[in-house]
Amino acid sequence: MKKFQGRVIAPGTVTAEAVVSHGGFNTLASLQGALQFGDKKATCGDQNNPDLHGKELAGKALCLPQTIGSTTGGLVIYCACAMQRQPACMLFSNPIDSLAAAGSILASVWLPDVQMPVIDSLGEEFLNYVQHGMTITVDEDGTVTVDG
Amino acid sequence: MFLTDEQQAILNGSQGETVAKVWKTLVMYGDAFGADKMVPVTSTYNHLVTSFGLKMMKPVFDLMQQLIDAGAVSGQQFSVDPRPVDKNVPANFLQNLIFNKIMYATQDMYEGQLKELGLMDDNAFTCACYLDQVGNKPKKGDILSWAESSAVVYANSVLGARCNRNSGIMDIMGSIAGYVPNFGLLTDEGRKATWLVKVETTKKPEAQLLGSAIGMKVMEDVPYIEGMNKWLGTELTDENCSYLKDFGAATASNGAVGLYHIDKLTPEAKELGANLLTENVKVYVIDDAELERVKENYPVMWKNPAAKPKLCFVGCPHMSLQQLKDWTVAVEEGLKAAGNKKVLIPTVFTTAPAVKAEFEKTEYAERLAATGVILSYICPLMYMNNPLCKAMPVMTSSNKLRTYTTARYYTEEEILAKITKGGC
Repeated sequence: MKKFQGRVIAPGTVTAEAVVSHGGFNTLASLQGALQFGDKKATCGDQNNPDLHGKELAGKALCLPQTIGSTTGGLVIYCACAMQRQPACMLFSNPIDSLAAAGSILASVWLPDVQMPVIDSLGEEFLNYVQHGMTITVDEDGTVTVDG
Repeated sequence: MFLTDEQQAILNGSQGETVAKVWKTLVMYGDAFGADKMVPVTSTYNHLVTSFGLKMMKPVFDLMQQLIDAGAVSGQQFSVDPRPVDKNVPANFLQNLIFNKIMYATQDMYEGQLKELGLMDDNAFTCACYLDQVGNKPKKGDILSWAESSAVVYANSVLGARCNRNSGIMDIMGSIAGYVPNFGLLTDEGRKATWLVKVETTKKPEAQLLGSAIGMKVMEDVPYIEGMNKWLGTELTDENCSYLKDFGAATASNGAVGLYHIDKLTPEAKELGANLLTENVKVYVIDDAELERVKENYPVMWKNPAAKPKLCFVGCPHMSLQQLKDWTVAVEEGLKAAGNKKVLIPTVFTTAPAVKAEFEKTEYAERLAATGVILSYICPLMYMNNPLCKAMPVMTSSNKLRTYTTARYYTEEEILAKITKGGC
């Protein structure tokens, strides 16, 4: 077990299974197909992401450096939240990028019933340590516990 | 973040609950990045990324309606990304059914919302809103609340405007408030380069391949690119602007670049040169072998990699007038050399409605039509965003389209050869 301390972007507590992207997470490429065609498990459709392609994202602890790609990224996260197909939490090793921040903030302001804790700045070591399938617990203060 | 008394009052609800939530969204957005204050949006027009009435976007339409009902509409008129459907683009019965009855069944409703929110006009649908014919071209130093990754990176890099990589929805929030948080690419510090890219290729690199390589390497950082002057010179000609449009779109979609500087060419690089480089810049050298390595590593998503392409898209982002003319000549010459009269693969060029109208006033329009190439205003990405296209071998010269769909990337030279001479 190992603990990491990050910065809270959207508060909340959750325990979920990790899915890990070591490269930038392209939000549109990952989620557009799942949201458009009724995949409640939000299977990652990004062919350029060998870590996540084909993996279920809904309800998982999504561990990533940052998001990349289209500026629809934030609204895709917002739609995923509104449709209850969002990850259980988003955990960034880097400082959060503007698109992911927009998505999580839009969800937290305009969808008050939705909870998706978002923590950033967890550090490079976090992404080196965490692996698919590990159990992640997020605390209110931004502490992330990874249990292998 | 510092807020004036008036801004604090709005945040507290002096203009109603909905406007207060708009401000809360923007303030939280700024706080996440250490913004010191809100700064006025100074561009004449905004640009939104969300142009498509996709059914999955019902939560966005609900939010838009909430804004309209509260009278929280945009203080600026805006252009918006391309429409998703055009009856002139080849589609079979099933595709048309899926486009019109399932995927984009809410297109008309959503366009009605856009009009109420401040759409410039019925033709203001393009990702390349900054093209002269469209009329949404910000001035150097303008503060923007734009989204659309390819437009943001062009506005920052080629026009010298200042805009963060805002998400859809956040784009219109800034336009409603008339203010955006001051951070990142709005600040002098945030516009400095943390990467020095040295281009050492033996020929002019393909714009969308070079952009892809740089985007994947630097992610969201700002690159300062040397070694391009022998190919591009030092002036922002129409040809160079078209090149930079395509280059930037690839940096933004294959990575998350919001601003790049080209040594001796783009406005801030011309003014400040090496002073734009931060201490301890990382260095990335690009030669022929590196570009080949990047291209070879693109996954081929066709079911049968040896299939004959059934459709070809050129124009993501939308083509400029100059590109349409140049491609018309190139396709004509290619067909003539191969002894063919029409393109051998159904081919669609995409451009802004206003550019299309201007092109159709020229002699080139008839010549392009004679080659069999279809000219459309759609977003190819939205066209391909359906399960039927997954089984369809589509090729493109766009690295952005490749990134988001199953389309296969080829260089412009390869595309030209395939559509005029044939072969897999």
